[in-house]
Amino acid sequence: MSKNSGIIRILIAKVGLDGHDRGVKVVARALRDAGMDVIYTGLHRTPEEVVRAAIQEDVDIIGVSILSGAHMTVFPRILELLKESEAEDIIVTGGGVIPDDEVDDLKKLGVKEVMLQDTPPQNIIDSMQRLVTERGPR
Amino acid sequence: MRNVPSLELVDRVAAGDIGAIARMITRAESGQEECRPALAEIYRRTGRAHIVGITGVPGSGKSTLMGKLTATIRTTGRKVAVVAIDPSSPFSGGAILGDRIRMNELAGDKGIFIRSMATRGSLGGLARATLDAVDVLDAAGFDLILIETVGVGQDEVDIVQAAHTTIVVSAPGLGDDIQAIKAGILEIADIHVVSKCDRPDSNKTIVDLKGMMTLGLNFSGNSNWRVPVIATSALKLEGIAELVEAIGQHRKALESSDELDARRKRIAERRMLKTAEEILRDEFEKHRDGKVSALVSQMLAHKTNPYSAAQDLLAEIRMEK
Repeated sequence: MSKNSGIIRILIAKVGLDGHDRGVKVVARALRDAGMDVIYTGLHRTPEEVVRAAIQEDVDIIGVSILSGAHMTVFPRILELLKESEAEDIIVTGGGVIPDDEVDDLKKLGVKEVMLQDTPPQNIIDSMQRLVTERGPR
Repeated sequence: MRNVPSLELVDRVAAGDIGAIARMITRAESGQEECRPALAEIYRRTGRAHIVGITGVPGSGKSTLMGKLTATIRTTGRKVAVVAIDPSSPFSGGAILGDRIRMNELAGDKGIFIRSMATRGSLGGLARATLDAVDVLDAAGFDLILIETVGVGQDEVDIVQAAHTTIVVSAPGLGDDIQAIKAGILEIADIHVVSKCDRPDSNKTIVDLKGMMTLGLNFSGNSNWRVPVIATSALKLEGIAELVEAIGQHRKALESSDELDARRKRIAERRMLKTAEEILRDEFEKHRDGKVSALVSQMLAHKTNPYSAAQDLLAEIRMEK
């Protein structure tokens, strides 16, 4: 194996009081099997911890899984912290149980993709690859 | 921070800019030509950090120990960086990097930097760009750089060729006194740690390792250093301060003999050899459809042999330089 420039790095996180991690493990596994480096933070992280880890790991994408209903609090905070840290080139995506109209709200805020509970793994992989391609090299 | 040239990152790395350090490591991992002059400049600024390797079998508690160890070292004010390596899938090339989970308590501290790396096909327990990443962290002013290898078996001992001090972590309940006298991973320790010592069967592991030490073999090749066996429990926070102390003492022992210079020389030699191998592999891929293919045809027709073909290929590569 020689040059590794094409490998996508993604940080998968569970934020706040949300202990449901079956879904996030399935997603992590699917992305691994698609050849990506997946950094999993574990449960109960804060937005500050997620952003700091994402910057240190220099990931292409942050993927936050959230099933607690706190998405309208968590995502704006993560986007704000990335901006403060001049790390807006990190793409923010999310998934979980989120009402349709709030999916639109999140996208307006700057969340690039929201994947709901019935999304097939292949669509998630395709979205991640598309988002990194659209961003271009960095 | 989009598309900043690598050379412009160097001064920001030296100033301790976290984003610049992280991006520089990504560039090093990508192995692209663009970052070579920057890495050369970074290498020139290294040599100050104490590089400590931690290795052991999968599940022995390396990451957890690393978390507690880092937190304890931080209480002395020194800056600590961690490079944690996990395996890439041999099938998809992807990886789950989960070492950070065990180090979450460290997340808020600016004097700590943690980076996960995937092996990406490299054997021996380290990733291909591990030492480039260590250079970046050294140049960035971290006092201690801890390298956590992948969970290893009996024989992946590359870490000795990368670190000044090597810690081998053993967990209770795996193997007996005969395992303890086998060649391989147990020989490379400057410090032995028996983890999970809140477990009742840990005493046996400690006794087996100490028994091995008294057989008169001074493995670490350093005559003024006796390899200690330290019992730790991350759960009860026992033995961690003792381990920090032992790491410091080992550094002093290296400095007070010619062993530190000997190890630096060993690391430099090994890096040159490894890098030469990588260059050759890359050149081989470049020539796969040309000279390599032509030579393979000749080999199949028995007009040449593997040794002569290799000599011809090397001559071809050298001519192009």
